[in-house]
Amino acid sequence: MEPLVKVRNLKKYFTVQASMFGKPRAVVKAVDGVSFDIHPGETLGLVGESGCGKSTTGRLILRLLEPTAGEVFFNGRNIFDASAAEMRNLRREMQIIFQDPYASLNPRMTVGQIVAEPLRVFNLAAGAELEKRVRELLSCVGLAGYHARRYPHEFSGGQRQRVGIARALATNPKLIICDEPVSALDVSIQSQVLNLLKDLQKEFGFTYLFIAHGLNVVKHVSDRVGVMYLGQLVELAGDDELYGAPLHPYTRALLSAVPVPDPKVKKERIILTGDVPSPVNPPDGCRFHTRCFRCMEVCRRRPPEFREARPGHWVACHAVEGD
Amino acid sequence: MAELAKATVETAEIDELHSPLREFWRRLSKNKLAMVSLVFLLGLTLVALFAPYIAPYDPINGIMEESLQAPNAKHLLGTDELGRDILSRIIFGARISLRVGLLAVAIALSVGTVLGSIAGYYGGKIDLIIMRFMDIMLSFPSLLLAIAFMAVLGRGVENAVIAISIVTMPEYARIVRGSVLSVKENEYVQAARAIGNRDAAIIFKHILPNVMAPIIVRGTLGISTAILETAALGFLGLGVQPPDAEWGTMLGSGRGYLFNAPHLVYFPGIAITLTVMAFNLLGDGLRDALDPRLRQ
Repeated sequence: MEPLVKVRNLKKYFTVQASMFGKPRAVVKAVDGVSFDIHPGETLGLVGESGCGKSTTGRLILRLLEPTAGEVFFNGRNIFDASAAEMRNLRREMQIIFQDPYASLNPRMTVGQIVAEPLRVFNLAAGAELEKRVRELLSCVGLAGYHARRYPHEFSGGQRQRVGIARALATNPKLIICDEPVSALDVSIQSQVLNLLKDLQKEFGFTYLFIAHGLNVVKHVSDRVGVMYLGQLVELAGDDELYGAPLHPYTRALLSAVPVPDPKVKKERIILTGDVPSPVNPPDGCRFHTRCFRCMEVCRRRPPEFREARPGHWVACHAVEGD
Repeated sequence: MAELAKATVETAEIDELHSPLREFWRRLSKNKLAMVSLVFLLGLTLVALFAPYIAPYDPINGIMEESLQAPNAKHLLGTDELGRDILSRIIFGARISLRVGLLAVAIALSVGTVLGSIAGYYGGKIDLIIMRFMDIMLSFPSLLLAIAFMAVLGRGVENAVIAISIVTMPEYARIVRGSVLSVKENEYVQAARAIGNRDAAIIFKHILPNVMAPIIVRGTLGISTAILETAALGFLGLGVQPPDAEWGTMLGSGRGYLFNAPHLVYFPGIAITLTVMAFNLLGDGLRDALDPRLRQ
């Protein structure tokens, strides 16, 4: 099956310090050579510590940021070649749900106006038809029609996130990027929102790129999971494969930290030492070698290749090569 | 069914309570100084509008025999060197001062807002060019620059308005740029892009409504600056031309009689002071009422 999204060697460097005339002095390599596919109808989870570039990757796929290098193909079309007008049209097919439900809704607009805006922009509905559609969308996400007249500040975090979801649904897109959609919510609300996202996918057949910083949230929703470290993808595999037989030392360390609700299970925890190195000055060779418990001589010198170690299971690690 | 109806009524009432305009008015009306200023300014506006009906005498043609009279029952604020009633001249002067103040701010604010939001939103070279140009203008004392523009444009009220709006515009551009820089980082601005809005729609619908508070406040304060600068230009003989009544011009022509007829400068001076103060206090009140951090 042709993938819906093909990401190829995507890079985004941010300039953090510029000289007086705008010449960059230091760059943060937020995303540094990431490649993967998203298949229609699947949920691809993307996990990693904060600052590893997962949100930046999501925003690049929507071209909310311009890349430093690389390509993103949406339905076979390189979106970075699209003109401004073409890009606006493409946006109908791709939407995003943001992390912070307090920052992602314009405080001066009513919920009804917020949800109606994408429909207005693309001229999908007007007048009574528009009102009806807004009410439908609100009921899709479990809100009532009269909520449309209220302002975002009158809602709780979970309700606001539902408004954000309704806005993303409005144009009936193919791809929805969920950028940590539950990490700002109470645990009790998290599963409600996750289940809502799952139900909507079943009903409308959306494709999700689900970004999160914890493996447990991602396990709940994903078909495949990618793990990022310092701007690079280190492992990508099917849900069961990744959780059952992780190959990369970093993934194994992350999984060993996921708590198991059974006091009798004795788990061997892998404790990583040290901090994540600065993305301004990432380590040579394998970026993980400074913290890796299986670090070898070659890891310091040569960056490992991201390759398919088993069918459908991609990994970037020299130690796995030796297996 | 009745219960349902009641519930809808209640939600409607809640919606009323939460209307931001109402909330704003409730908070502004708590501020006594701002309300006094607002009443004063509304009164002044009415006086200016109906000046021909309110003013007791002709502001331009005086009665020579009654020149330089101190305040008395016939002329409440006295008369000037040409026998013109000072109260009448102040009443007519309000027309010019208010119009100049509002007009100069309106022009400076709209041009400054457009330039500032373009600089803030696009950043990079556009920002650099616009803002360095604004900095150059800000590096001159504003009155000096206004005088220079008047020298090019020629005398008169219209030109005074243009000169004042040009020299005050960079300040608005800077304020707007700064606010746009911080507001555009919000996720709702990214969301606006993600749903396919054009840049202009993003700036006008999503960014500017959220930077209005500092702009409105600076605007009210700016009215007083504009009135003062008109007065200064009038005082220097560049703005309003005699015999038209304007507060600054009155001050200018009255200064020769400072010792034997001080009321010639007192009363226009008081008029300027009170009006400027009222605009400043109202501006402070607006700032407090519009600041969401103070919302309880």
